[in-house]
Amino acid sequence: MHEQPMLSVRNLEKQFGPGCRMCKNPIGRQLEKNYCPHCRTVYACQNISFDLFPGEILGIVGESGSGKSTLMQCLYFDEELTAGEASINISDLDGENVFTLSNQQKRYIRNHYFGMVYQNPMKGLKMDFSAIGNIAEKLIAAGGRNVAEMEVIGKTLLEKVHIPLFRMKEEPRRFSGGMQQRVQIAKALSNQAPVLFLDEVTTGLDLSVQASVLDLIKKIQRELGISMIVVSHDLAVIRMLADRTLVMLNGAVVEEGLTDQILEDPQSPYTQQLVYSLL
Amino acid sequence: MKTNHHFAFFDEGSKKEIRRAILKAVAIPGYQVPFSSREMPIARGWGTGGLQITLSIIGCEDVLKVIDQGSDESVNAVSIKKLVQTTTGVEVTDLTQEATIIQSRHRIPEVPLDSNQILVLQVPAPEPLRDVEAREYMTKILHSEEEYSGAWLQLFEQIMKFGRTTTGADHPVYVNHRYVMAPSPIPRFDNPKMHQSEALILLGAGREKKIYAVPPFTDVRSLAFDDYPFKVESFSGKQCRLCGTSDVFLDEVLAADTGEVSYQCNDTSYCMERLNQAEKAEVENNYA
Repeated sequence: MHEQPMLSVRNLEKQFGPGCRMCKNPIGRQLEKNYCPHCRTVYACQNISFDLFPGEILGIVGESGSGKSTLMQCLYFDEELTAGEASINISDLDGENVFTLSNQQKRYIRNHYFGMVYQNPMKGLKMDFSAIGNIAEKLIAAGGRNVAEMEVIGKTLLEKVHIPLFRMKEEPRRFSGGMQQRVQIAKALSNQAPVLFLDEVTTGLDLSVQASVLDLIKKIQRELGISMIVVSHDLAVIRMLADRTLVMLNGAVVEEGLTDQILEDPQSPYTQQLVYSLL
Repeated sequence: MKTNHHFAFFDEGSKKEIRRAILKAVAIPGYQVPFSSREMPIARGWGTGGLQITLSIIGCEDVLKVIDQGSDESVNAVSIKKLVQTTTGVEVTDLTQEATIIQSRHRIPEVPLDSNQILVLQVPAPEPLRDVEAREYMTKILHSEEEYSGAWLQLFEQIMKFGRTTTGADHPVYVNHRYVMAPSPIPRFDNPKMHQSEALILLGAGREKKIYAVPPFTDVRSLAFDDYPFKVESFSGKQCRLCGTSDVFLDEVLAADTGEVSYQCNDTSYCMERLNQAEKAEVENNYA
């Protein structure tokens, strides 16, 4: 069976800094971790390519500072990338490089086809607006103009993520960290976007909440067939969620393949170390 | 010692700069054009934005009317009128239809304006997205990408919390189907008057250093959800205690001693004119 990828990314590059003659050429450049020791330019993402298929969960693991979150922010148009292409499988944008579209078009894709759950709920939520309002914001951005409809969708989602409805008009500022994270997930799901980015969703949550959030993600993927990219440094999370996994180190992909394969039979020295460090 | 000041207080260079900002504002309806707001003889926040626009566009033949929340006689309106008159020598008036330039704080006159008139509105807070996004460089990006979910979100929150939109004044509007604009703190009652207005509407924010405009015959729509349509203040069953009108914006007047509530036209010159007409008609009927 030949399936078309939902999202395909080719040669994505993101650097912070201008680069110097020692590091400009990717072939033969001597980096210390991910930065050039001469000019201190950070190469956060280097030549990253992958495909994301419909209904698939793609895991990205790697130590902190390996470029996972930067990659997500580039894909969600939060960060301007240095070079690279990505195309998204939507009829009117098929084959086009989404990174070269106008800002208005990028905004449109982001509002209509993408959902994002940030590691830090402060980034994804408006802390001074009600929980239901936060969900409505995503719906409004995607063209929602009917209060009653948006309220129904919001309530259903909040129930799904186990937020008691009597607290829906409260600001997430007054919620616990786990609840904030769940409101964020509800928000990301609200417009039924075909692609979801999850950046360290369970980091910092206690184990029982973590389990219910993971359950929820798994359920959503099964029920709605949404494609997801899950970033985590927690291999247990990746093992549970991801079908395929990329392993990142110092801004580059060092290994990719089926999650089970990677965890059972790691090839690159870094992945081996990572897997064997698992308690 | 008496010194001669330049016509309309400003030097010509200043006027030119402000006029350029105005031209750009007219060319891009609803877009906030930055300008170098000048130090004025009144404090910022007291109408310096409107005053600077008035002074840069006024000519010898203009007739000026200044109102402050509907009143021609309030201290602020009188002071601004005096300043412009002393420095230009133009005629001032209370009658809306006689004026060519009407500078106003928080009201649009009841008498419909025509294409020979310019309405100058004073604006304290020109950015409709400020409450959702504090950073100016971000709101500029949001405007450029036509990302107005923040403005809608504020209305949504009001509906969630109070069952309806609760903007008492300054209800955001969509101008020319492109920019969301703060119409200055005019009551919702006046929002529809901006739609397809025959007169040019210029808005000036002195403290925030922004000028924006609604050119004549431009679509101006108040933001509203499908199931919560935009509503103006209703004064049904109430009428002005002086002139008897009922289809205008009314002020509630509370008698301190008796606690009795009565209503009165907010637009004083409109009320005065109606009273004069009634008196004239009465005189003609009774003594002719």
